[in-house]
Amino acid sequence: MTKQVKQLDRVIIRFAGDSGDGMQLTGDRFTQESAVFGNDLVTLPNFPAEIRAPQGTLPGVSSFQVHFADHDILTAGDAPDVLVAMNPAALRANLGDLPKGATIIVDSHDFTARNLTKAGYTANPLEDDSLAEFALHTVDLTGMTVEAVKQFGLSRKDAARAKNMFALGLLSWMYGRPIESTIAFLTKRFAKVADIRDANITAFKAGWNFGETTETFVVSYEIKPAPMAAGTYRNITGNLALSYGLVASSVQSGLPVFLGSYPITPASDILHELSKHKSFGVTTFQAEDEIAGIGAAIGAAFAGSLGVTTTSGPGIALKSEAIGLAVMTELPLLVIDVQRGGPSTGLPTKTEQADLLQAMFGRNGEAPVPIVAPQSPGDCFDAVLEATRIAVTYRTPVLLLSDGYLANGSEPWKIPDIDDLPAIDPDFATAANHALQDGESDFWPYLRDETTLARPWAIPGTPGLEHRIGGLEKGDGHGNISYDPANHDFMVRTRQAKVDRIADSLPPLEVDDPDGEAKVLVLGWGSTYGPIGAGCRRVRKAGYRVAQVHLRHLNPFPKDLGEILSRYDKVLIPEMNLGQLSMLIRARYLVDAVGYNHVRGLPLKAADLAVAIGNLVAEAEGIDVDLTSTPVAEEANK
Amino acid sequence: MTPTSTGTEELPFPGLRSGVEGVPTNEEPQTGKEYTSDQEVRWCPGCGDYAVLKAVQGFLPQLGLRRENIVFVSGIGCSSRFPYYLDTYGMHSIHGRAPSIATGIATAREDLSVWVVTGDGDALSIGGNHLIHALRRNVNMTILLFNNRIYGLTKGQYSPTSEAGKITKSTPMGSVDHPFNPVSLALGAEGSFVARTIDSDRKHLTSVLSAAAAHRGPSFVEIYQNCPIFNDGAFDAIKNNDTMADAIIPLVHGEPIRFGMLDESGNQTKGLVRDPATGGVKVAEIADVGHDALLVHDAHNPDPTMAFAISRLTDSGYLNQSPIGIFRQVERPTYDDQARGQISSAREAAPGTPTQRLAGLIGGGDTWTVV
Ligand SMILES: Cc1ncc(C[n+]2csc(CCOP(=O)(O)OP(=O)(O)O)c2C)c(N)n1
Ligand code: SF4
Ligand SMILES: [Mg+2]
Repeated sequence: MTKQVKQLDRVIIRFAGDSGDGMQLTGDRFTQESAVFGNDLVTLPNFPAEIRAPQGTLPGVSSFQVHFADHDILTAGDAPDVLVAMNPAALRANLGDLPKGATIIVDSHDFTARNLTKAGYTANPLEDDSLAEFALHTVDLTGMTVEAVKQFGLSRKDAARAKNMFALGLLSWMYGRPIESTIAFLTKRFAKVADIRDANITAFKAGWNFGETTETFVVSYEIKPAPMAAGTYRNITGNLALSYGLVASSVQSGLPVFLGSYPITPASDILHELSKHKSFGVTTFQAEDEIAGIGAAIGAAFAGSLGVTTTSGPGIALKSEAIGLAVMTELPLLVIDVQRGGPSTGLPTKTEQADLLQAMFGRNGEAPVPIVAPQSPGDCFDAVLEATRIAVTYRTPVLLLSDGYLANGSEPWKIPDIDDLPAIDPDFATAANHALQDGESDFWPYLRDETTLARPWAIPGTPGLEHRIGGLEKGDGHGNISYDPANHDFMVRTRQAKVDRIADSLPPLEVDDPDGEAKVLVLGWGSTYGPIGAGCRRVRKAGYRVAQVHLRHLNPFPKDLGEILSRYDKVLIPEMNLGQLSMLIRARYLVDAVGYNHVRGLPLKAADLAVAIGNLVAEAEGIDVDLTSTPVAEEANK
Repeated sequence: MTPTSTGTEELPFPGLRSGVEGVPTNEEPQTGKEYTSDQEVRWCPGCGDYAVLKAVQGFLPQLGLRRENIVFVSGIGCSSRFPYYLDTYGMHSIHGRAPSIATGIATAREDLSVWVVTGDGDALSIGGNHLIHALRRNVNMTILLFNNRIYGLTKGQYSPTSEAGKITKSTPMGSVDHPFNPVSLALGAEGSFVARTIDSDRKHLTSVLSAAAAHRGPSFVEIYQNCPIFNDGAFDAIKNNDTMADAIIPLVHGEPIRFGMLDESGNQTKGLVRDPATGGVKVAEIADVGHDALLVHDAHNPDPTMAFAISRLTDSGYLNQSPIGIFRQVERPTYDDQARGQISSAREAAPGTPTQRLAGLIGGGDTWTVV
């Protein structure tokens, strides 16, 4: 039978099933296939905090959304075009997100009376007309998988477990994905269990062949590769890019990484990843708690390592006192916060940006800490290098604010050329720096560099530079304990001035204002970059003007930020919190910034954001703004 | 009480590494003066911390290491001011966290001799977690716990080693907390070197420091330290010439454990024997049990049970009796040696320069090229 091939410019697919159904793996494989094919893509994994919530229930549903396109895209997409639902709970949990006309592929096998009840259905939605407005495909994925792998003599349960690969095969056929990388992956992954390996590969191929031969699916789709800048690419998650950034920081500075960490979602993967890179001299210390993690990192920094601690919001709360110690002792240190929903334990597996003020102010005393934030998964790599540059150059702890969306989400990443990475000079002190009255020379640990105000970093083992540091106030220069009021006032101001001076080293901000005529500026930070960019594109596509600026540095702010803000009539600040950057901007620049705030544990939706931008444009320019007549496609910004 | 070892002598277990192996030594003889910083010492007159400082300043030259390769880390408390007075590298950190900071230093640098100075509140209250984990992990450092059985710096609240019923500023009707026995705690945390000594007995203190430095792993040394301001006399029974013979149970590896007032023929009258009733140990009159029944102290016993039983002979109330010396000294691979070992074997197995390997790492995985 000949099948029709339809051209599409982009598709959003969501794979959903029970936590035990392997949906993250399925989504990840589909993503890898799409990446190798050359589409631009953005992913959004979404899973429960429980490892295996009761099977078949709504809380146990795990999903993975992938948005892929033949052009440059910025978000994982607001609403899926296709939902693959492995059981009734997966259908029910995700149905609300589907637009009319979306395609639903369900595994009919699991739609038993018992499972329907578990998911809260009183009637089988596959049999009544409740799904009439969708293109519904009911397929016995499990049954066909079991049949396909019969030859391997697995138990029914083990055989059925390959159903995710059957689904992947089917979807791979539908969207013309190259399948070699998945076969290679399965071969490697299950190298030690031949029957499981063969069953998975067979199920995968069976799914593909089913698509090819069945009459259920008459159309397959083609999404051409996206034009991308020349280079070699890989798909990368934020946590992996962040880990690689740490290794790169070590190589570029010549400092061995010492990571002190205590496991916490969604930061643990950095600990896992770095523990594999001992050949780069990376030490990973899994501490007894977050305080010990940062304590050991501070100790290692004192001893001349690149001290790093990784955690999420609750861990930052525990580390606050130690961050203050690093501020006082002026030691280089990276404090990485992969933010999650809060307060308290909050939403461990969901994303949020509500730790900005904690990062900024969450310590006793005047304890300024520079803050940097990555804007996309791949950008975590560069953000870490920048954090290292600041920490080492200015002898200060630096907070890096990633989040759950960046951590687990992925995008194609152009692999940088090592020659293009910045060199970072630890510039250890090796000699005395001060002459005493008697002519003897001495080492003063708090004598500062005139430009950066950084103090010397003299590590143990350096003869003649023996000195003591600590949390008590230091006398200017000599660094001995000082309770002198004027000295304290001076030192507090000097520590602040040192952080402020970092702004001298920052490049001008990039203002995305195509014709320079916009009256509305959208200002963001962190992972909202994608939704903000997509929202701005929609508004521009509809014929309106809006400018966008995204901050890498949140403390200190870049020097030109104030002037840029003053050029616009309205400033909109979208955040996944209740207005934390807004508060800082309003306080600092007396700008009447307008917040756009959601704390749903999910990335902002570009379409909703576009409406908010449109409203502000209407207000600022005194015009009517209508976004409905334009298609919602995320067009390239050209 | 006899000195047991010096930092540089051979260990009791042949073939094993000393706690200071890998730390560069100094060819020139050193003096205590070199280890004295220019900072004015600010403890109260008569504070036991002075004696410990003097003993350490006297001992470090004997250790013969390069001064720049010694690091003292402390928490917060009167005793934690210690690093300021020593001309080595040092960090006066935050309350309770010194063992974690020292873990980072000791793991990052094999060539450093790492010392922790802490108090009973610092180590056993706020920092209890870090202490037990440093002991459990077996990180190579020497931990000096100044036990004055009180919070000195905050002006006299009861501490986790204060006796029940103690009247302090925060317990006007007497404390209802049961105290920790630091040695029992350290043994329970599987400390590989656990000792107790006294601020005023410089000779014993020095001998214990010496053995502690020689031990590779966390050497836990509880030092009974008098605080004349807030807990004066806490250790009088073991310091007073009239009572000390009955109060101190000296532990010397390989020797029968005996103590007490001398009889007419000049022999000690008491000793430790096994107690079949409890399974532990008890004090007995030698005249009653005979010399052969006395326990012979075996600090090297891999099983800590007997050391623990001996540690229980410490009074938890006012201190009228306490075993002093090295309770336990056993060898176990250290965390830091093993962590460094994994790094060096991984390094040896990985070819190429770091830059080449970095390019290989970030360029690995499924890649595609756009031309
Ligand atoms: C986080 C924190 N909590 C409380 C204190 C106050 N504080 C300082 S020292 C101390 C107790 C010290 O007692 P100990 O460790 O026995 O030392 P000592 O002064 O007796 O030598 C306390 C509660 C502090 N500095 N930091
Ligand atoms: S308060 Fe006690 S422990 Fe503290 S310095 Fe004075 S005497 Fe020493
Ligand atoms: Mg005390």
